[in-house]
This record gives sequence, C-alpha cells and structure tokens, in this order.
Amino acid sequence: MSLVDVEGLSVRYGARTVLSNVSLRIEPGEIVTIVGPNGSGKTSMLRAIIGAVKPYRGRVTQGRDVTIGYVPQKLHIDETLPITVSRFLKLPSGAAALDIEHALAQAGVPDLVNAQLSQLSGGQFQRVLLARALIKKPDLLLLDEATQGLDQRGSASFYQQIESVRQETGCAVLMISHELHVVMSASDRVICLNGHVCCEGTPAVVASAPEYRALFGTGTGGALALYRHEHDHGHDHGHDHDHTHGQTHDHGDHNHDCSEGSD
Amino acid sequence: MLDDFMVRAALAGAGVAIAAAPLGCFVVWRRMAYFGDATAHAAILGVAMSLAFSMSIFIGSMTVALMMALTVSVLSGRGYAMDTLLGVLAHSALAFGLVAVSFITGVRIDLMAYLFGDILAVTRGDLAVIWGGAAIVVALIGWRWSALLTATLNEDLAYASGINPKREQLVLTFALAITVAVAIKVVGVLLIAAMLIIPAAAGRPLSRTPEGMAIAAGAIGIFSVIAGLRAAYEFDTPAGPSIVCVAALTFLLTSVFRNVRA
Repeated sequence: MSLVDVEGLSVRYGARTVLSNVSLRIEPGEIVTIVGPNGSGKTSMLRAIIGAVKPYRGRVTQGRDVTIGYVPQKLHIDETLPITVSRFLKLPSGAAALDIEHALAQAGVPDLVNAQLSQLSGGQFQRVLLARALIKKPDLLLLDEATQGLDQRGSASFYQQIESVRQETGCAVLMISHELHVVMSASDRVICLNGHVCCEGTPAVVASAPEYRALFGTGTGGALALYRHEHDHGHDHGHDHDHTHGQTHDHGDHNHDCSEGSD
Repeated sequence: MLDDFMVRAALAGAGVAIAAAPLGCFVVWRRMAYFGDATAHAAILGVAMSLAFSMSIFIGSMTVALMMALTVSVLSGRGYAMDTLLGVLAHSALAFGLVAVSFITGVRIDLMAYLFGDILAVTRGDLAVIWGGAAIVVALIGWRWSALLTATLNEDLAYASGINPKREQLVLTFALAITVAVAIKVVGVLLIAAMLIIPAAAGRPLSRTPEGMAIAAGAIGIFSVIAGLRAAYEFDTPAGPSIVCVAALTFLLTSVFRNVRA
C-alpha cells in the first residue's frame, strides 16, 4: 500500500492552473525528489498533500495510519514571539521530553532544547524544523526546499542528515530541491514537474530525458557523473526499493513538451 | 466592597486587562495592531446604533466590531494593501459613528464617555458584563491556544498538523470583538488597541515562552490599571488615559531593561 497516492491532481488559484492532471505515488522507504523551474507547481504539490490547498480535480489519498512530517520552506519567526525550541517541538499537541531530545539528536542538534527560536542560525533552524517533523515518527517526510538560504556545505550536511534519518527510521522522503547535484546523488526517483509531470524515473533516466534537458540544459552532465559515482557505493539501507514499480520508469512515449509550461 | 466606585473601577480594569493579555499577544505576534484599532473604532458606530434602537451597548458594539473584523478578513488580499484597507474602514466607521450619534435626539449623549471610557462610572451590572466577556475570551483563547500558536508560526505547518488556520483566525476575530465591546466602558474606543498592544509588548522582554508573555502582559495590564487609577485620583486626570500612560511607561522600562541586558 502506498503512503500517499495522488491521482489526476489539478490545482488552481483563481483562474490560474498551477498543476494539471498530476499523478504520483510514494512507496514506503523511498527518497523521491521533485525538480522543476520556478512556478512549476512544486510547492502546490506538497501543499495539496498536507491539505493546505484543495484539489480542483483529482484526489490525494493517504494510506491508513500514515503519519506525515512536514518541513516547510524557511519560515520567519517574528522577533516579538518568544518561544523555545522545546516549546516549539511540543506544538500543537504536546510531546514527551524524551521524544524531544531524541528528535533533536536525530536532526543533529541535540544541544538546542532551551534555545530561543529567533536566535538560531539558518542551518540550526532547518534542523529544528526537521526535528519537529520527526517527533511524530513519520512514515513520510515532506521537505519543501528545506535548504534554501544555506550555503553549499550547510545544505550538503543537511541532506546527509536526511539520509541518516532515513537509514535509522526507514521513513520515505518526498522533497523539493533546486540543488540538482544533491538530487541526483541522494534520490531513488526523480520527478520533473512543470505544471504536469514531464518525466520521472531514476536520476540517470531523468537526467538523460530530453524533457529534462529542455528545462535544465545539458549542464547537469556533471551531476549525473556525481550521481553515478555516488551510486557505485550502493544505497543499501536495509530495505528493498522496488525500482520496477508501475508507472515510474517507462519513458518510451513522452509526448508532452516540458517547455510549454502550465498556462 | 463593591460599593466603592474605585474598587469597581479597579475590578473592571483588571477584567479588561486579563482578557486583553492573551489576545494582545496574538495581536502583536500576528502584526494585527492596526486590525485591532480598526475593530475598536468601528465600535462607535455600534454605540450609535445601540442608542438609536435602545439596545444594550455591549451587544451593539460587539455586533458592529464583529462585522468590521469579518469585512476586513474577507476584503484583505483583494487589490488593496492591508494598511490602506484598514485605514479606510477604521476611520470611515469612526466618522459614520460620530455622525450617526449626532442624529440621535432626545437624550444628550456624552460622546467623550465612549471615546475615552468612563471607568469611574462602572456599575455592578457593567462589572458582570466585563467579567463575563473576559471569561469567554480567556476560555476561548485558552481552548485554542496551541492551534492558534501553530497557525501563527506558519499556516502550512498548521495544515500539516490538521489545523485550519482560517478557523483559528475567526476565533481571534470573535475574541477581539468581545474584548472591544467590554473595554469601551473602561478605556473607550480610542484607547482599546493600547490596552491590547502595550502590555503585551512590555511583557516581551521579560519572557522566554509564549505562555510567559501572556502572563507577563496580564500582570503589567493589571498593574497599569491600579497604578493608573491611583494616579488619576491623585492628580485629578482622566482615568482611561492615565491607565494607558502607566502601561506606556512600563513598556519604556522593560525595553530599557532588555537593552541593558543585551
């Protein structure tokens, strides 16, 4: 049973269609990355999954007893709102002190329990957001450009943290990222979005797809090389990834043109 | 004890301060200060209507305040910047209210009492209304506290936790309308926003958690009421504005305290 099943989803803001007829499924344990240009509906996709936007058409189904942890894009905490990390992690329905410690340790920031949220650096803040998402022991982590505003080292170490969380908990990850080299090295599956699904599959397949190249150019050859290099080390996380499931890897008959956009 | 007008005044002020404390924190955190002002100014129109139709002032001002707050919520994000929209609505509601009051013949109305409050004339009945209203506001915000806080931090975070931020916004709007209605008698429509914002802002440097800030705001609000009434008695100054002056001085003190500590 899939964790999340999105079928024929269309999302509209007023008269503007940002997503049309998108289908995707997230299976337990896999890391899936959504790439796409600005305004391609990536964030709307995640917002539809958490229920923040209503589908105009189609539907989003969550598997039974599936818990979702959501890490938003960099969020602004008003200076006037005093709140400690541990209080933040208790929102909205409380959490045991032990769970808070554990989640912060998993996110790589065990010493921040009593820090003020507004005093954290960008990297610390993102890890605290990750800890908050982890506290409910999610089956699926949703990350919306979680490394925006971090430097390259910061974001690389953030994604390493995600990887180690996945190994430890076995949760699936669905993330949006602009950092193609990271995407290519860390994902089991890549979905290239531009109002609709342009192409999807393993990083290698997507990187060589003409639709992907039309959007991102061929400058990502290096990323692909990096991906291959990384992949030689194997992604043995103690669970199976079924890389043959259904809709994903058949790229024989693309007839959309990615560059035509959504509107 | 309730026979003493000063005791009644202090109790009325304390009731408003207690309701205003948690609500005021949200007004500050969500940058709704001007929104609170607009709602309060609209209440004068409610006062005029209550007098015209001989209804309870509490019901009339609460209804208009609620309508105002809902109108602003609905209109926001439709072509005008929020501060422009509030500026138009708040001041036109105040102006229409003042004009409407002038049409009411018969009883000569002391408009000043509604603009600046008349805390020294609080009756036992007023006290019951004020404390009843304050209890509703505190219960409402206490009940929704965690959800409101989550929605204030980030709307998508709220959705992901199964909270509808729009519903929480309505809770705040409703609490604001009640607070405005009960505070008219105490500080008047022009200074209600001050009772919401100043104690909360003054409590900020003293607190590390949201709950701490609400409690600090309540304590500062009650202190301002008592010290302000005392000062008004001593120097023969208007009571409502004196209360706000004490709150403002407290804000000054805690701000200095923060800067010294930093």
